[in-house]
Order: sequence, then structure tokens, then C-alpha cells
Amino acid sequence: MSGETQEKRVGIVLVSHSAAVAASIAEMAAGLAGGSDAPIRAAGGNPDGGLGTSPELITEAAHAVDQGAGVAVLVDLGSAVLTVKSLLAEGDELPDGARLVDAPLVEGAVAAVVTASTGADVDAVVQAASEAYDYRKV
Amino acid sequence: MSSSEPAVEHVLDTPFFHRWLTAAAASVTRDAARLTELDSAIGDADHGTNMQRGFAAVAEALDKERPGSPGAALVLAGRQLISKVGGASGPLYGTLLRRAGKALGDAEEITPQQLTDALRAGVDAVAQLGGAAPGDKTMLDALLPAVDELAGGGSFTAAAEAAEQGALATTPMLARKGRASYLGERSIGHQDPGAASSALIVAALTEAVR
Repeated sequence: MSGETQEKRVGIVLVSHSAAVAASIAEMAAGLAGGSDAPIRAAGGNPDGGLGTSPELITEAAHAVDQGAGVAVLVDLGSAVLTVKSLLAEGDELPDGARLVDAPLVEGAVAAVVTASTGADVDAVVQAASEAYDYRKV
Repeated sequence: MSSSEPAVEHVLDTPFFHRWLTAAAASVTRDAARLTELDSAIGDADHGTNMQRGFAAVAEALDKERPGSPGAALVLAGRQLISKVGGASGPLYGTLLRRAGKALGDAEEITPQQLTDALRAGVDAVAQLGGAAPGDKTMLDALLPAVDELAGGGSFTAAAEAAEQGALATTPMLARKGRASYLGERSIGHQDPGAASSALIVAALTEAVR
């Protein structure tokens, strides 16, 4: 058996007001991570498929990526932030160990997927995503 | 001398809460176009549609599940709003009602004072969730004056008036929270849609009284 350190991967959920944005970032992050085995799911758009936030999609995605090592939920803004906060306050809707990550969505998603694919724990994944705020571009 | 009972004007039982929330649903439906119009000036023009969808789900769930206490009715309504609205008003109004419902516990009838305390707990939770303060041009600017009015012994009618005045008072304010805050100075001169819908929900209390 090849070392017990984290056979399970931290799951990652990407929440955007736009279904297309969330799906594309998921695809891009997985692609840039190169052969990552970290589970990642997009939860974009409102319940009618328009721009907005769907708690049902978020909850479904969080359970789908949950391997028991925690779930990092990255969000864009406004109702996405408030919805995940209120789901966490509810206590029983998201899997145990689900965390709202304070991170930029695109850069944070790449950092989270790369980190999660190494078998890092949820604290490390959350930290890596949050540190994406510090990548200055000029 | 037998103890003089305080003049409790209304029995606040489960049917009262059913009537309140149903009246709120009718009210946001009636005013959906106005709410969306307010939101198109400083938001993303979906507030009326979102509130209508959310409160329609509330009315439907109440009819179907027939919650057995005022607290259960509010918790059910809050959960529906969080699930169905699709905008920031979902978690905000959902938190308001759910937290108020939890504060009421399982009691089958409650006093106006208990309702006031529960609403206060709900409004505090909204402020915490959204990180807003009075004067930031948000729903709090309508809700807080209403709760203050009730806490001072005011009637539902007086609370509704306080909420309406609070909503109107958001017009000259600079938005500090939500999408409208991106507009900076250009948010001035428009009434906050969330404050407007809050005033409708408070006003629906007057329709629930029998």
C-alpha cells in the first residue's frame, strides 16, 4: 500500500453567476493542473439557468466532489458569496468539511486544483487558493 | 384586583404567519415590475422576478407542508427563499426568516413582544451575513426602523409606515454594499430595491391581522 497520506482528494466546487464561466474555469483549472485527479465541479447560474446562484446546484456539486477529505468552495461575488455562507450556516446542507474560500475565482481555482492533486489537506488547499490574491501582475 | 392583562391586540398563531407570508407573496407579485424597475437603475434588473419566484415557492410550500408552529412556518419560508430566489436577496431574506423562526422555537402561539425579538434576531443575522450597517442603502434601512417601531410598542401599521419611510430614505444614500456599490455616486437618487421589498414584507403584517 503506497502510504496512507491522503488517498482521498479535497473536492473543489466553483460557483459563478454564469454556468458557462464556472464550467470553463473548471475545465481550464483541470487542464492547467495537468492530469490532476482532484475532483472538481462547476455550479454556475441560477435555478432557471440564467445568471445568478443556485443553492441546489452548489449542494449537489459539493456532495459529488466529496471524498471525505473536505470540499473547497470558490465563488465569484454577491449572491454566490452570500448563498454559500448561508448554506454553511444551515449546518446540514453541505458535506462536513466544506469551506468557503476567500480567493479570486480563476487564479484560486488553478491553485486549489494543483494543490489538491498533490494529496494536500483542505487547509493547504484553502491557503493556496487564498494566496492567489498575492500574485501581483505588474 | 386581578392582574390587568396587557392589551394584546393580535393572537399570533400559525395561521397568522401563514396569512402574513401569503400576503407578502401577493404583495411582491403585485409590485414585481416596480421592484425590477428600481433594480434596473442600480442593480441587475432581477429583483422583482427573483422575489416573485421565491415567495411563490414560499406560498406553495406553506400550503403543501402546513407547518405546525409560527417558528416552523418561518423556517420553512426561509429555506424556500434561500433555495429559489437565485439572487442575493435569497440568502438575505432566507436568513431573516429562518433566524426569526428559530428564535420562536416550537411555541404554537406567540406574543407581539416575542415576534419583535425574533425579528430583531433575524435582522441582526442579515446585517452579519451581508456585512451592512444602517445607512448603507440596503434592506436594513427599511427593516431596522420597523423593528424599532415594534420594540417601542408600535402597531403593525406604524411599523409598516416606518419601513416605507426607511425605504424612501434610501434614495439620497450612497450604496456601500452589493452591486449598486460599484456605481459609487451614481447610486445616489435611486431607491434601494431591497429596502423597497422589505417595506412590502413588513406592510404584509397588517394584512395578516384578523
